[in-house]
Amino acid sequence: MKIVLNGREEDVASDATLADLVASAGLAGKRVAIEVNREIVPRGDYGGRLLAAGDRIEVVHAIGGG
Amino acid sequence: MNALPQSAMPASIDDPLTIAGRSYRSRLLTGTGKFKDLAETGRATEAAGAEIVTVAIRRTNIGQKPGEPNLLDALPPTRYTLLPNTAGCYTADDAVRTCKLARELLDGHKLVKLEVLGDEKTLFPDVVQTLKAAEVLVADGFDVMVYTSDDPILARRLEEIGCVAVMPLAAPIGSGLGIQNRWNLLEIVENAKVPVLVDAGVGTASDASIAMELGCDGVLMNTAIAGAKDPVLMAHAMKLAVEAGRAAFRAGHIPRKRYASASSPLDGRIA
Repeated sequence: MKIVLNGREEDVASDATLADLVASAGLAGKRVAIEVNREIVPRGDYGGRLLAAGDRIEVVHAIGGG
Repeated sequence: MNALPQSAMPASIDDPLTIAGRSYRSRLLTGTGKFKDLAETGRATEAAGAEIVTVAIRRTNIGQKPGEPNLLDALPPTRYTLLPNTAGCYTADDAVRTCKLARELLDGHKLVKLEVLGDEKTLFPDVVQTLKAAEVLVADGFDVMVYTSDDPILARRLEEIGCVAVMPLAAPIGSGLGIQNRWNLLEIVENAKVPVLVDAGVGTASDASIAMELGCDGVLMNTAIAGAKDPVLMAHAMKLAVEAGRAAFRAGHIPRKRYASASSPLDGRIA
């Protein structure tokens, strides 16, 4: 099924969890914050969060800024 | 280098900046954008003596540069108080959303720098959206340091809402134009019961000193340091300037007079 990750369409398995997506994006263990459909998913809940077709996911981190 | 021998240090040198119940020795807050690399960011931040540093919240690059060094490795949250900003937000909703992401990212961290911009050319704050966002964030338990225009009435409103620090601009962000309206800043400082920090517009060390001599509680800057030919040296200069300006403010300016007043005694002259 298709989801949108940081503005780009991606294909994931229909039973994929947010933790699966994080792992496949190479972000496991990285300090990030995640929104699914504009709702923050706490870091401890990635494994229990099943993705649905059309989900819009934002993954952010801290970078240099003023 | 800046340490006076203990005997020469005035007792009144102990002069912490307190924001949201936490005390800081440094009154210079620095941004972490526009540096050449993270190593330079780290060195300049160290030279500035900054304890509070701003960071931006942005989309993670997916699948690119997996080994890319992380800002938080260069500036560990155990050593620095991170101040996530809402730079680039043009609506209250976007700013609130960004702060909530920052809170999740930094494990419940409540201190944020709110800025809601109104215009790409000037990057002046949209004060209506800023007020809205401040209300929502304060109600949600955030400690809000707020970037605003140098309007004293607005500064008071933001303080009344419950912002923990008010941060008027000295000039447009990144402009390096220095303190453009010292009378407004003075008015804001005199009215405020929360710390007032000049945020934006500083170009060189004397600008930072002037802000502090006016009675501002601190200065936040990024471009003046990161954009200098030698950012680490400028960071050092800014540290000295903020300390000098603060000390001069506390020591007290002499009364201004139109005519001279001799420094040497008139008695005992040989002619």
